[in-house]
Amino acid sequence: MTTPFGYVGPEQLIRDRSDFARKGIARGRSVVVLTYADGIAFVAENPSKALHKISEIYDRIAFAAVGKYNEFENLRMAGVRLADLRGYSYDRRDVTGRGLANAYAQTLGSIFIEHNKPYEVEIVVAELGDTTEEDQIYRLTYDGSVGDESGFVAMGGQAEAISSSLRASHREGLQLGEAIRVALRSLEAGHQQGGQGTESLRTDQLEVAVLDRNRPRRAFRRIAGAALERLLREASRGGPGEAAGKTTAASDTAASDTVEPASAGDAADDSPEGEGGGRRPSAG
Amino acid sequence: MADAPDVTGRLPGIFLSPGIASFTEFLASAAPDLLPGRRGPLPAAVEEVPHGTTIVAITHGTGVVMAGDRRATTGNIIAQRDIEKVFPADEFSAIGIAGTAGIAIELVRLFQVELEHYEKIEGMPLSLDGKANRLSTMIRQNLGLAMQGLPVVPLFAGFDAETQTGRIFSYDLTGGRYEEHSFHSVGSGSLFARGALKRQFRTDLSQGEAIRLCVEALYDAADDDSATGGPDMTRHIYPLVAKVTERGYQRLPDDEVGAIVEQIIRSRIDHPGG
Repeated sequence: MTTPFGYVGPEQLIRDRSDFARKGIARGRSVVVLTYADGIAFVAENPSKALHKISEIYDRIAFAAVGKYNEFENLRMAGVRLADLRGYSYDRRDVTGRGLANAYAQTLGSIFIEHNKPYEVEIVVAELGDTTEEDQIYRLTYDGSVGDESGFVAMGGQAEAISSSLRASHREGLQLGEAIRVALRSLEAGHQQGGQGTESLRTDQLEVAVLDRNRPRRAFRRIAGAALERLLREASRGGPGEAAGKTTAASDTAASDTVEPASAGDAADDSPEGEGGGRRPSAG
Repeated sequence: MADAPDVTGRLPGIFLSPGIASFTEFLASAAPDLLPGRRGPLPAAVEEVPHGTTIVAITHGTGVVMAGDRRATTGNIIAQRDIEKVFPADEFSAIGIAGTAGIAIELVRLFQVELEHYEKIEGMPLSLDGKANRLSTMIRQNLGLAMQGLPVVPLFAGFDAETQTGRIFSYDLTGGRYEEHSFHSVGSGSLFARGALKRQFRTDLSQGEAIRLCVEALYDAADDDSATGGPDMTRHIYPLVAKVTERGYQRLPDDEVGAIVEQIIRSRIDHPGG
């Protein structure tokens, strides 16, 4: 009939599904989300330039995910659609990270129970506030649980090891370059824990993006290539006394670089977006 | 509204379905009532609603300039003195609207979301031609209302990253899309504006000259068309001028446009015909 495998109790069912999802997530590479002085930074281990783990959802909301690509890509699109629909039917200010996190939580929760297989994903919805205190980072897991995190989140791979490394080195008010470097070190700590060697990660193995409080409307910005190298170089030169051996070599070559650390944010902005971004009418 | 989640709070299936990069297509499935042009035919033709009037655009060496007057009229009444009819469509394009103000502004909002939505879903922006074609489709959907007295005629211009030039597209009521070279104008004062543009346009205009020519063409349009608003010196209401270059869309500050307007008025005191 319809129960060929006999009865499975709800506790067993949920445990099995959780184990399954957790294993899937731990197999993948990690993503780190952390606050810095002017916003929220996202650093993912991702050698692909086209298949993103970090994306823009709305003006001040971004999305990061680990796990199965097709599943979190589905969720990402749903988020963009929900945000754009809300913003179009009401106003741009009425799109909030909390609303989005709720919708994701309900969706993941019901997929976890109703589908044959739960989504093997873990996601972060981050919303930029006017100040660091108002920044919101929501972490959602495969079963629809939501956590409101403060400061930083690590997901996927050796998330525990990465988290403890972040706990030791993350503090409020980091400059962007420092924050990215902290994330990078934590990801490397995760590698060591997972027995994947002690090699340092190259910038082309990273996907980095920020929600930048200083940008007018669309706060999301990707940082890659030369801009990322420069930020890391400046951080290792002017960073807070924790200059690790791996980057001191780079800082020597950068000694002649006259760009001051304070201008790092501007210098890194190699996207051609001009001043017009903020002038879209908020309502017709 | 389909935006409201079902009883479980879960997002409806249409939100999770892959393959749709267009916000308009998504709306058609998720919330068709929000689409302009989806309303049934009206019981009678509508006349007494605000209309926007004149928009001009000029290409120059490094981009394109678009400007619009600030008047909306309902019949012989001035409905609004400081309406804005030129908008950024996205980072690298501008859209100006003439025709029924209400529907046109709704169309612009949808078009803005459409372009940003595509960019977010696909991870890269549409080509300039893609944007222009998309606008075509949206105007075509309004054809029914246009035949009942609620036309919308936009002017679209942007910086094409491929050719590194400014380009202008004009439209008709049926959604017909025509690329304009050099310059174009739409709206009730467009004939007079076009006369001024034609007389003074050169292929080697600088951006500053193109901006001045736009403002001057609007001045000429306001001179002869009662529905186009001239610069309002007492209230400091000046035409809205936007430039689009490789640096993106930028609206000129009012005091900058005010200074240009003053120059033009001063020269017109001696030569009213320009």
